Amino acid sequence: MLSKRIIACLDVRNGQVVKGINFEGLRSAGDPAELARRYNVEGIDELVILDITATIEARRALADTISRVARELFIPLAVGGGIRSEADAAAAVDAGADKVSLNTAALADPALITAVATRYGSQAVVVAIDAKRESAGSERFAVYARSGSTSAGRDAVEWAREAETRGAGEILLTSIDRDGTRAGFDCALTAAVSSAVSIPVIASGGAGGLDDFVDVFTAGRADAALAASIFHYAETSVRVLKQHLQQRGIPVRL
Amino acid sequence: MIALIDYHAGNLTSVRKALASIGAEVVVPSAPADLADAAGVIVPGVGHFGATRALAGAWTEAILERVGEGRPLLGICLGMQWLYEGSDEAADVPGLGLLTGCCYRLSGDVKVPHVGWNSLSIEQNTSIVDGVAPGSQVYFTHSYVGPVNGDTIAVTEHGETFAAIVQRGHVAGVQFHPEKSGEVGLRILRNFMELVA
Repeated sequence: MLSKRIIACLDVRNGQVVKGINFEGLRSAGDPAELARRYNVEGIDELVILDITATIEARRALADTISRVARELFIPLAVGGGIRSEADAAAAVDAGADKVSLNTAALADPALITAVATRYGSQAVVVAIDAKRESAGSERFAVYARSGSTSAGRDAVEWAREAETRGAGEILLTSIDRDGTRAGFDCALTAAVSSAVSIPVIASGGAGGLDDFVDVFTAGRADAALAASIFHYAETSVRVLKQHLQQRGIPVRL
Repeated sequence: MIALIDYHAGNLTSVRKALASIGAEVVVPSAPADLADAAGVIVPGVGHFGATRALAGAWTEAILERVGEGRPLLGICLGMQWLYEGSDEAADVPGLGLLTGCCYRLSGDVKVPHVGWNSLSIEQNTSIVDGVAPGSQVYFTHSYVGPVNGDTIAVTEHGETFAAIVQRGHVAGVQFHPEKSGEVGLRILRNFMELVA
């Protein structure tokens, strides 16, 4: 049976892993290659490197970070953050990324999804969607661009469907409301998107306790769940999380 | 020296890196004639079966010649599907025809593409699965699969049972990505290198 994937996200700025709350207020969490090694030993299923700097100098450093992380790592590696063109995607792939994650640039030019999928295959294209409830208690979710700062004027479910049609291989769905809060994943958001597409949906934003993962894999219908801070500060080990999921009848790779 | 065939169906960086890590010497031949000295051949690939059209003619002949001489061949993902007679995905493009049957799209009440880690049920103990524990998980990303037949070494379940590993003598194929499947994947690549040695 297909396992539910646990994915660790490394938010990288100037070659260091950092993590903020609600997309703001960053603190350092260490060297990306070192963290990647630790997660691999613990049994992480996949890694995402998210570049949150996006200056020209830092982008060159990013390629170096990718290749350092990828060198000894034989699990899937996705790279996102500031990938604006086919050339940016190619640079990430050449450095060792298996998948590129497109967000703001795909919203501005959805044809970019198809261009990258045509060149590298759909399995290499993740469309990242940052979504926010339109109002507290609302079951409608609006898409935001530019690291959650600007409304994209799109509905999350509709955008996910369009991304799939254009060639996306996976959706990385982040709840802006929950990001960094540890209040649990937004299961309603995740279920709405996961039910609307046939490609895998990775839930992100809000991971706190072990049962948050149980909830997002059951009620949220997620195919994978992504977290950052709870792993970085070694509060939750990947192995303990997976054992917990297995005890709850959720298939995992142990 | 292993020849890694680049027919522009996906990026080869990860495969090269994994092979380098187990000490394999890899070249990416630019023309079919360069295959003459290859001790073994690996055909990787992701994406649409139609991409294998690029292998028709001289490449196919050169690969079949090497196989005829007893040199090992490994197909990875799309490269494994190419070992069959063809695929419903591109019905007008023939496969290599070393394995019987045609590839078809996964169906059933599951998400397709099949993306992620899934387990191997080993049905026959051959050299390619030497040291691979039953139930080991490997990383898949695909929508089409090859049929289970007498050459099937391991199967995986996703809506239905399909061939995850095939082997007939010195010809082998894996539907998953050994270069992305942690220690299990590296073990399978080492097993292939043992065939080459």
